[in-house]
Amino acid sequence: MALPLERTCPATGLRLFSAAEALIKVNAVVAVVFLLLGFLWVVPSIMNRVLGPEVVSPQLYYQATFLHGWNMLIFWLLFFEVALLYFAASALLRTPLRFPGLAWGGFWLMLLGAVLINYLGVVSPSNFLPYTPYVPLQAPPLFYLAVILFAVGAILAVFVFFATLHRAWREKTYGATMPLGAFGALTAAILATTTLLSGAIAFIPTFLWSLGWLKVDPLWFRHTYWGFGHGAQQVNLAAMVTAWYLLALFTVGGTTPSERLSRIAFLLYLLGINLGSAHHLLTEPTGALSSAWTWVNTGYLIHVAVLGSLIHAFSVPAAIERGLRLKGFAQGLFGWLARAPWGNPGFSALVLSVILFGFLGGMSGVTMGSYDLNLKWHNTLAVVGHFKATVVEGTSLAFMGLTYYLLPLIFRRRLIWPRLAAWQPWLFGLGMGLLSLAMIRLGVVYGLPRRFGDTFQFGGSPFAFQYPPEVATLLAAMGIGGTLALLGGLLFVLLAVGTLLWGKPLTDEEIQKAYQVKAEEGHVTPKGVYLLALLFLAFFLIYYLYNHWFLSQAWFIGGR
Amino acid sequence: MAIHTPPKNWLEERVAPEERVWLVLATLFAIVFLSAFMGLWHLTGRQTTHGQAYRVDPASFRQEVQAFAERYQVGELNGIPVVAPPPGEVYLMAQAFSWYPVLKLKKGETYRLRVASVDYPHGFSLYPHEWSIQLHPGYEWVYSFTPTKAGEYTLICNDYCGLGHHAMVGKILVEE
Repeated sequence: MALPLERTCPATGLRLFSAAEALIKVNAVVAVVFLLLGFLWVVPSIMNRVLGPEVVSPQLYYQATFLHGWNMLIFWLLFFEVALLYFAASALLRTPLRFPGLAWGGFWLMLLGAVLINYLGVVSPSNFLPYTPYVPLQAPPLFYLAVILFAVGAILAVFVFFATLHRAWREKTYGATMPLGAFGALTAAILATTTLLSGAIAFIPTFLWSLGWLKVDPLWFRHTYWGFGHGAQQVNLAAMVTAWYLLALFTVGGTTPSERLSRIAFLLYLLGINLGSAHHLLTEPTGALSSAWTWVNTGYLIHVAVLGSLIHAFSVPAAIERGLRLKGFAQGLFGWLARAPWGNPGFSALVLSVILFGFLGGMSGVTMGSYDLNLKWHNTLAVVGHFKATVVEGTSLAFMGLTYYLLPLIFRRRLIWPRLAAWQPWLFGLGMGLLSLAMIRLGVVYGLPRRFGDTFQFGGSPFAFQYPPEVATLLAAMGIGGTLALLGGLLFVLLAVGTLLWGKPLTDEEIQKAYQVKAEEGHVTPKGVYLLALLFLAFFLIYYLYNHWFLSQAWFIGGR
Repeated sequence: MAIHTPPKNWLEERVAPEERVWLVLATLFAIVFLSAFMGLWHLTGRQTTHGQAYRVDPASFRQEVQAFAERYQVGELNGIPVVAPPPGEVYLMAQAFSWYPVLKLKKGETYRLRVASVDYPHGFSLYPHEWSIQLHPGYEWVYSFTPTKAGEYTLICNDYCGLGHHAMVGKILVEE
């Protein structure tokens, strides 16, 4: 299909250049394909948990965990983020993409890496490592090579982003100040650079080690690996917050109450967040890292980033409230919330993403990242509950919300089954919410381990441990939540793919009428959000202290 | 132009009073409270990650553990020696897919645990859930602990170490 060299989006007034638009489309489509693969590979895990290891073997469980993890956490999110970067650099900054050839090269490299990892996970099940390949557990050399290829592809995409940004800056295409969405994408791209460099430092020697040419120290690998592994989550965080600001604008015309504070918050991410990755090393046998070093990194520097998140925690909901109040829904404290466009899946995805990320993901993250509380959280299901709440309920749900705008505005197709679509974020978000709540409690209180292939039966060992009966109830809640979320997730893929295949093509006039984006201007006080934010902080404080009380009930450990 | 760019004077714009209050509270919470509480707990708390770590050769660590087990062995449980050492240094070895030996300890006494993996990454996790820590081959974790409750405790592995990972179970017995 030949694209016009440039068109103006009838809903947003943005200029869409054909090279960028084609790259946005192809990256988004591939992202959704990997999302589908990720959903399919979680089915064996759920069946293992529900029907037991006699029906679905531990080996299949570990294999499925590997494939689910890589497809979801890496491929779905990174392909979508690349689409978001190109959108921010080209559309938001009104600049044609620099080096589109390199961007295509990056795309093919990422795709090759992703396909190779899927291939290896399927054909050599006894060699796979359930998501995190800690040395000296060894995968085939091709695995490390595939990771490197994927990372090089992603580095090319980030480079194209920076080059386009430079062109926009030099040619002053965006006026005096770039829009907040582009600023957030820039934050994500800077974090992605350090993340991918850490990935190269971790995986290139490991590749050589897998060929037998080099020795790799397990602790050294673990440290550099988490510079990559957690760094990637900071990219997801910055991309998610960017998606939140975009969605607030797209759905209700809401803008941040303070451009200055929102930007400072992104800067705080840059300052604090990567060093905070040290929280992965809190319970390591590591003489190299002193208490003082750990304390400074996970105590002070990460809390700088937490402050950034708390600023966004006010600004994003405030943007929603401002948009709705300025539209005239100004009654009382929460009149705007009652009159909000709940039938719009983009809007409900935004609200659920903000709430679930804040209460489940953010709160659990700060708590588990606390120096000594990690004794209770480390490697338990609670960790999984935490990152389901951040990257699934937070980032993935926000990206799903954006997709409901991507389809009509970029692909120019009307969403099929809008009534069903209105339920999708609820089914997915609340299902995942139940799942992660149950996981966090199972992990912190009962210590259930993560990545455990035989449904906590300990392989029939004579030393086996019998969990208290309430664990069964929580596991059932986990199963119900997971199943609902899976249905919601498959519904999303169905809606996206169905719309691409059978959605009614939209004309410019129809797009302008149905999706007009207009920033509401004026001054209002986000009173409702102010109250909600204060309650959130109070709850946060109580939760943090309660966790320490719980820790104080344990044996005396590590006393001086 | 439809999509939002910030107003011209956005750098001079005043932050609304509500958001200023929020900013102060958030700073107090994140920078002052969280950091101070975390540090104070680590210095004065009775459950901390405070300990030492040493590089260790897996083969010689295995020998040390075996010598320790022979010296204090009082019985056997499922083929693994049960060891009742006096307060002081106790050894524990993690290997695919078992914990060695079974420790028999006394409530209220303080021990100095020397624990290491001799092959793969393992996760030390004590049940009913007291605490979890990470182990890597080539490094030993050394820290003191005091059992505060008597009973039969189970050790599981909570970091994937191979296809038998879920069957890696051990015991720690605590007597009154």
